[in-house]
Amino acid sequence: MSSTGHLTGKGLQAVPRFQHGSRVPGWDDAADLTKDPAGVPDPAVVEVPADLRAEIEDFMSRYPDSRSAAIPALRAAQERHGWCSPEAVEQVACVMRLTPGYLASVAGFYDQLETRPVGHRPVYVCTNISCSLRGADNLLAELQHELAGADDVNLRGFECLGACDIAPMVSVEGVYVGPVDEAEIPELARQIRAGEDPLPAKQLIRRPCQDPGAAAPE
Amino acid sequence: MTQTILFKNIDEPGLATLDVYRARGGYGDRLRKALSMPRDVLVDELKASGLRGRGGAGFSMGTKASFLPKGQMDKYLVCNADESEPGTFKDRELMQKCPHMLIEGMIIAAYAAGANRAFIYIRGEYVQQAQILEAAIEEAKAAGLLGDRLLGTDTSLSLWVHRGAGAYICGEETGLLDSLEGKRGNPRLKPPFPANQGLYQGPTLINNVETLATLPHIIEMGAENYAKIGVQNSTGTKLISISGHVQKPGNYEIELGMSSRDIIYGLAGGPGEGRSVKMWFPGGSSSPVLTGEDLDISYDFDSMAKAGTMLGSGAIIVVDDQTSVVDVALKTAQFYRHESCGKCTPCREGTNWTVKMLERIKSGEATPMDLDLMASVCENIIGHCLCVLGDAMAMPIGSMVKKFRGEFEEYIETARLQAERELLAGLDIDTDSTTITIPQAA
Ligand SMILES: Cc1cc2nc3c(=O)[nH]c(=O)nc-3n(C[C@H](O)[C@H](O)[C@H](O)COP(=O)(O)O)c2cc1C
Ligand code: SF4
Ligand code: FES
Repeated sequence: MSSTGHLTGKGLQAVPRFQHGSRVPGWDDAADLTKDPAGVPDPAVVEVPADLRAEIEDFMSRYPDSRSAAIPALRAAQERHGWCSPEAVEQVACVMRLTPGYLASVAGFYDQLETRPVGHRPVYVCTNISCSLRGADNLLAELQHELAGADDVNLRGFECLGACDIAPMVSVEGVYVGPVDEAEIPELARQIRAGEDPLPAKQLIRRPCQDPGAAAPE
Repeated sequence: MTQTILFKNIDEPGLATLDVYRARGGYGDRLRKALSMPRDVLVDELKASGLRGRGGAGFSMGTKASFLPKGQMDKYLVCNADESEPGTFKDRELMQKCPHMLIEGMIIAAYAAGANRAFIYIRGEYVQQAQILEAAIEEAKAAGLLGDRLLGTDTSLSLWVHRGAGAYICGEETGLLDSLEGKRGNPRLKPPFPANQGLYQGPTLINNVETLATLPHIIEMGAENYAKIGVQNSTGTKLISISGHVQKPGNYEIELGMSSRDIIYGLAGGPGEGRSVKMWFPGGSSSPVLTGEDLDISYDFDSMAKAGTMLGSGAIIVVDDQTSVVDVALKTAQFYRHESCGKCTPCREGTNWTVKMLERIKSGEATPMDLDLMASVCENIIGHCLCVLGDAMAMPIGSMVKKFRGEFEEYIETARLQAERELLAGLDIDTDSTTITIPQAA
C-alpha cells in the first residue's frame, strides 16, 4: 500500500497528530503538560489489592536489585486491570517505590504490555515470514472478521512467536495452536469467543518432535 | 545416520519430571563429576569440546566462560531463552520436553563460571514453557539440586525464571541484561563485555538454551569424544528448526557438517510436488539468503561463513519458486523496523526507509534506481550501530537484492505498468479507442 500515493492517487491520508502536536503516538500523548511529573506514589493514598501487592513483593525478593521485577510486576497488574492503565501503573509504582513515569516508559517498550485500553484476552496471530508463506495474512484477516465485536479479545498480528513448525499459527492466551486450516477458522473463532480450549487436536503442546531419531526410545 | 544427543528420548512421557529424567541418567554421575573437577579443568574441558554458542554468534562456550574474572565477587549466569529470531523454535522444544537438561547444564555452567545466581530469561510469549520450567525448578530445589550447598558440595546456586514481555532486541545479550534489570531493553555499548560487567555490573556469563543443555552430555561423553562429532571447528550436533515451504517442518538434530540438501530434502521433505527451492535463510531471518544452487553446501559454521552467510541460530526458512522475493524482503524488513530499539539513527531510520522503499516497489512507484538507493542504505547501516540488529536487516535484504536483482527490476516494471493502468482507469479514459496525444511545447 502506498503511503504517499503520488502516482496511484490511493492511500492519501491525513497525518495523525496527537494532542501536543506530535506525530509520534506513545509516551507523551496521555500526559497533562500543565502538571508536574508524578512522583513515587504515597502508600497512604494509593490502594493496592493485597494479592497484587503480595505477588509484586514476591517478584522483588527474587533479585539482588528489586527494580528487576518491573516487567513481571507490570504483567501482574495488567492481568488484573486488562491493560497497563494509569491506575495499574500507579499501583505497581507504589509497591516498587518507582515513579509511574518510569514504569510507563518500560511498559511502552514491550509488545505484550498494553499501554492502550484493549481486550484483556490476548490472541496473537503470527504474521512473520514462515507463517505468511503458509497463509498467515489470510488467517489474521478472517479471524478479525469472525471476531468482530468481541471486545474482551485483543486480537493482533504478532512477530514470529517461535512456532513456525505449526505455521500458520495462533496463540490464544498463551496456548499455541496450528497449523490452522482455513476451514477451521470459524470453529476457532467460536472457541475463542466462548473461552473454550482452542482446537485441542492442534495444540503445540501435543505435537511430537519431528526428528526421526527422537522417536526411537532405547 | 546422525547421533541423537539432545533429542534422545525427547518424546518420552514424563521426561519433564525429575524421576524420569533421573532414570535417563540425569543429575547423576556426570553432574557429580563436573562439580568435583577444579574450575580451570572444567573450563578447559569445555574449551576442548569445541562447543560453539548455539544462539547466533557461534562463539566458543569454554573460552567465554574463561573470560570471567576469578576471585570472590557476585557473578551471574544468564540463560538466553528469548528465542525471537524468526524461524527459530528449537529452544522451545527442549524447555518444554526436557527442562531438567537445561537446569543441569546451568548448574555446570554456573560452577564453571563461579556464579551463584542464575536466571533464565524466557520470552513472554512462551507461557506454557515458562510454567514447565518453573515446575521443574521447584522439583530440583526440593531435591537439593539447587539452592545452598547443592548435592552436598560447596557450591550454591539460586535459579529463577524471568519472563520477558515481547521484544526481539531482548535476545541481544546486553539488551537482555537491561531488560532483566527492569529497564527498557536497549543494548549497551561494548566493551565492557558482559563477562566483565554484565548484570548489576557484575561479571556475567550468557549462553543460549541449547548451548547450556549440551554441557551435561559433554561431561558424560568426555570433551574428546564430543569433539569427534561433527567437523573441524564445528563440533557436535545442532538442533535445526526448519520451516516455510517444506513438507515436514520441525526441529531436527543433525551432526554439524551434514549437507544442506540432506536437511532440506532428506529430513524436511523439501517443497511440495512440482516446486523447487528458490531461496533459503540458513540461520534465521538475519542471515543472508542462499539459493537453490547452494544446496550442497555443508551445514557448519565455517562453510556457511565461506558462502557469505551464517549458521546463526540454526533456523532454516525455505522459500519456494512460486513466491515473490519482494514479498519476502518486505516481511523481513518490516520485522526489523518493528523491533529496532531506536537507539541508533542508522538502524532506526534505515530499517524504516527500507520498508518504505519496498512498499514503493510493491505499489509501482519505484524505479530500478531505488534498488541502488536501498543497497546504499543497507551498506550504511552495516557496522555503524551499537548492536547488530541493523546489520541483521541489511545483510539479508542486501543479499536478496544482489541475488535476485533481475526479479526486482521485473517486479518494479510490472507494478509500475499496473499502477499506470489503474490510474488511467480511474480517469475514465477508454484506453482502447483513444490515443492520447501529448501536446508538444511550441
Ligand atoms: C538482535 C539480536 C537478537 C538475538 N536473539 C537471540 C536469541 O533470541 N536467543 C539467543 O540465544 N541469542 C540471541 N542473540 C545472540 C546473543 O546476543 C548472544 O550472542 C547469545 O545469547 C550468546 O549465547 P551462545 O554463546 O550460547 O550462543 C541475539 C543477538 C542479536 C544481535
Ligand atoms: S542497532 Fe538498532 S536495535 Fe541495536 S541498539 Fe542500535 S537502534 Fe537499537
Ligand atoms: S514465523 Fe510464525 S511462528 Fe515463526
